[in-house]
Amino acid sequence: MPDADFSLDSVSVLLVWTAIAIYALAFVAYAVDLARRSDLAVKAQDVKTQDARAQAVTAGALVGAGASASGGSASGAAGVAPSSVAQLRAEEAAALEAVEARPAARPRYVWARIGTSLTVLGFLFHVGADITRGIAAGRVPWSNMYEFALTGTMLIVAVYLLVLFRYDLRFLGTFITGLVTVLLGGTAIWFYTTVVPLSDPLKSVWLVIHVFVASLATALFALAFALSVVQLLQARRERLAVAAEEAGSSEATDAEASTAAAPAAPAKTGPRFLRTLPSADALESLAYRFAIIGFIFWTFTLIAGSIWANDAWGRYWGFDTKEVWTFVIWVLYAGYIHARATRGWRGTRSAWLSIVGFSAVMFNFTIVNMFFKGLHVYSGLS
Amino acid sequence: MSRSRSDAPVIAADASDPLRPSDHADGDGGDGRGITQPQLGFVGWLRWGWRQLTSMRTALVLLLLLAIAAIPGSIVPQRSADPNGVIDFESKNPGLYPVYNALQLFDVYSSVWFSAIYILLFISLIGCVIPRTKHHFKAMRARPPRTPMRLSRLDDYATAERAVPEGRDAEAEASRVIDLAQAQLRKSGYRVERYDTPATGKRPAIASVSAERGYARETGNLVFHAALVGVLISVGVGGGLTYTGQTVIAEGDSFVNSLGLGYTSFNPGRFVDTEHLPPYSLGLDSFEVSYVPVGQAGQGMAGDFAANLTTREPGHDPEQKTVRVNHPLDMAGDRIYLMGNGYAPTITVRDPAGDVVFREDVEFLPQDANMTSQGVIKIADGLSEDGAPTQLGLIGFFYPTAATLHTGALTSAYPALANPVLTLWVYAGDLGINDGTARNVYALDPSEMTQLAGGTSGTDALQLEPGQTVPLPDGMGTITFEDNTANGGAEVVKRYVSLSIHRDVGAPWVLGFAILALAGLVTALFVPRRRMWVKATASGSSVQLEYAGLARGEDPAIAVAVAELKRTHEASLDRPGTTGR
Ligand code: HEM
Repeated sequence: MPDADFSLDSVSVLLVWTAIAIYALAFVAYAVDLARRSDLAVKAQDVKTQDARAQAVTAGALVGAGASASGGSASGAAGVAPSSVAQLRAEEAAALEAVEARPAARPRYVWARIGTSLTVLGFLFHVGADITRGIAAGRVPWSNMYEFALTGTMLIVAVYLLVLFRYDLRFLGTFITGLVTVLLGGTAIWFYTTVVPLSDPLKSVWLVIHVFVASLATALFALAFALSVVQLLQARRERLAVAAEEAGSSEATDAEASTAAAPAAPAKTGPRFLRTLPSADALESLAYRFAIIGFIFWTFTLIAGSIWANDAWGRYWGFDTKEVWTFVIWVLYAGYIHARATRGWRGTRSAWLSIVGFSAVMFNFTIVNMFFKGLHVYSGLS
Repeated sequence: MSRSRSDAPVIAADASDPLRPSDHADGDGGDGRGITQPQLGFVGWLRWGWRQLTSMRTALVLLLLLAIAAIPGSIVPQRSADPNGVIDFESKNPGLYPVYNALQLFDVYSSVWFSAIYILLFISLIGCVIPRTKHHFKAMRARPPRTPMRLSRLDDYATAERAVPEGRDAEAEASRVIDLAQAQLRKSGYRVERYDTPATGKRPAIASVSAERGYARETGNLVFHAALVGVLISVGVGGGLTYTGQTVIAEGDSFVNSLGLGYTSFNPGRFVDTEHLPPYSLGLDSFEVSYVPVGQAGQGMAGDFAANLTTREPGHDPEQKTVRVNHPLDMAGDRIYLMGNGYAPTITVRDPAGDVVFREDVEFLPQDANMTSQGVIKIADGLSEDGAPTQLGLIGFFYPTAATLHTGALTSAYPALANPVLTLWVYAGDLGINDGTARNVYALDPSEMTQLAGGTSGTDALQLEPGQTVPLPDGMGTITFEDNTANGGAEVVKRYVSLSIHRDVGAPWVLGFAILALAGLVTALFVPRRRMWVKATASGSSVQLEYAGLARGEDPAIAVAVAELKRTHEASLDRPGTTGR
């Protein structure tokens, strides 16, 4: 191997491993944040929530109970102590406000900040690794499985960091840094290939466009996936809270002793950090927003891929394995978008479709690339 | 709070809303299942079935089924994409093969079950889109609906109060203020309608403007769904008018675009007139390829393939053209693709008298990345063994850069012609081609033949270098591996290319509809559809202003839009010289 290539490419490898290590640290910081943020938030919000509760009570009294969506205000108006559901709704509303707040006005979670700073640092090394690999190869760095994974994971982090300017999604930090650490680590261990020239079919502008847009779509689907998972957890917590309250109030009437029936702290309702997150409904809207942008990019990927296939292989569509999976994913997300508009499917069921969709994306990227036979033999693995 | 959705219960759907299947999440839905049972009779059942088929739930289930049904085709080899894989599967799983075959698992994408799913889906799609299109056509001309009585019940709501200037009537002022709001809304793309009510005994005068925008959202949605139908039709109709053919040309040879002459295989669509293919011919002048030099990463990797052709068409001068990977050649409405390449050693066989009985460029199929290649030579006439006429079959192995493995066997170490060697196994007997059945030119059936050289015959295989001649076994004659440079060629061994020739009249249509679908999709997902109201109530010395917005469908920015409307409206009111009217 000529020296010049060797040194630049090995610098790239070194940068990759540094980025992996930093992402792993970011993951730890974000995990600590999740473990601690509920306590912090509870302290910070206690005052606010108290206010909100008071407001809920007065508003309930003015408008007349029942108009509001939460059953909580009914009991509020009746003069009973504010219920756990009312408190939950107040927490969720506050959390949504925090998620949509400008960066400067966000809650100060120290560990989340550390996590984000580390992610940015890791990202810089990651970009460095990608660029040096590109220079070492003398072309765009996404033409085999190793390079595609390198660039793809970089774009996932880039999209995550960009989105942070608009929404405070740092609670997804563990997911994103965890995902990227695993993917990038696996890539560096199993997929590494030395620089070789591009094979002829890959010499096309469509390589640049097709692969780049596919990575962006993947990043957006990843965010939607994580939000859908959190949505499911949150929906479960909401359900349990409502159930607990109903059980509590029926007990209270039965016993005719309202003082004794302060609803017991609900049983296990999921991780505590859920207390700092918006409602399942709000999480679903966010997930949907990312998914539809991802879907548009994916549609474009499909079209661009067909144009390229028509130039390279003489047909725009041939149900090659990779084409099949791209199509399956497209149809799954079309299903997800439909599900959100179908009565009985909005909410939990559509969230499952988003989860299935992203699982298919990951399957397509890993298993299909490695084990399925087809024309897209660009993994560079033997 | 920007998380706003359309289902504010205050305002029921009306005629200017897009039409949705009854089980749409925003619909009113009746019995909660959205579909009422039929009362009686055949027509009732038909209608019920049709409504089932065109419901959102059915569309969703069919979509998910389509996704699942597509998967087996990526696991089981498909006749269309990987015919050899199917043959391979059959020989490895003789028990499973008939079962899979009966289930059409080797032809998933043309199978009855896969077709049923997508055909139902598209019937559902058409049945859904046509009524919606009609409705949307009307809705586009409808006026924005009446201003609701109690705007304050909407999620996105704001109020303001303005003092009536000295000497002006409160009612006139309210009207003036709404005039301004109306102009402003119209300017930002809303369709507007005034709903003013004069003062009555009890009620003060109210002026209000109702505004609606975002009809393009529904238009985009309809265009998207209709364009999907367009894609499907283009694929279907295009498929019938499409043909693909393969041909192989050695350097110095040419191909004539005619079914009988040029093609090694040809797959026409149902409506193709195979008698009248466009008359042109292609001659292969040379084939270029570069290999990564020995010692570099990716050693021996081939690239920069280029077939230099001379094209001839009636009424045109011959032209020099090049076909590369990713750069097909457009020729009389056909597209010509470079699919493969290999070596085509020129072989001459002479009988003992020295007369040529065979002379051809024999195309050898590459077996590995270093172009170890295999080919078959069949000589049906002109040779005899021990005085009796016989047929001769040879299986050739060609090594462009021959190297000896430690087992003593030959292999190719590099794909270029550094040390070209040809070895031949010789069979004599019956080639099995006399009965006229077509035989694969790349395969030899030795069941009726005796092996005279190579393999287990006990005699060494024939071994030749370019320019060399060796005797055939049993004094049948001689065989020569011609040196191509002696005939003016650039390299010692000729190369050949395999070309694929396509006509696909549907493809541009498919692309067009796909782009239309994408445009529709972007419009449908990003154009917000919303209503806005500004209401002014005259009350003595002041005017109460109310602003409200209502999203129809996903609209994360509605709250901002209402706040912005209020801000710009108040700013325009504060500006001096805005008298309205
Ligand atoms: C080939 C099958 C189909 C695909 C790929 C598909 C895909 C999509 C996509 C991506 C959207 C969201 C974009 C938009 O709002 O325009 C959508 C929306 C919609 N589709 Fe389909 N669709 C299909 C079939 C159908 C069928 C059969 C129906 C009728 C039952 C239908 C009814 C609708 C409706 C009503 C919406 C609007 C949902 C809303 O209000 O947000 N689609 N479709």
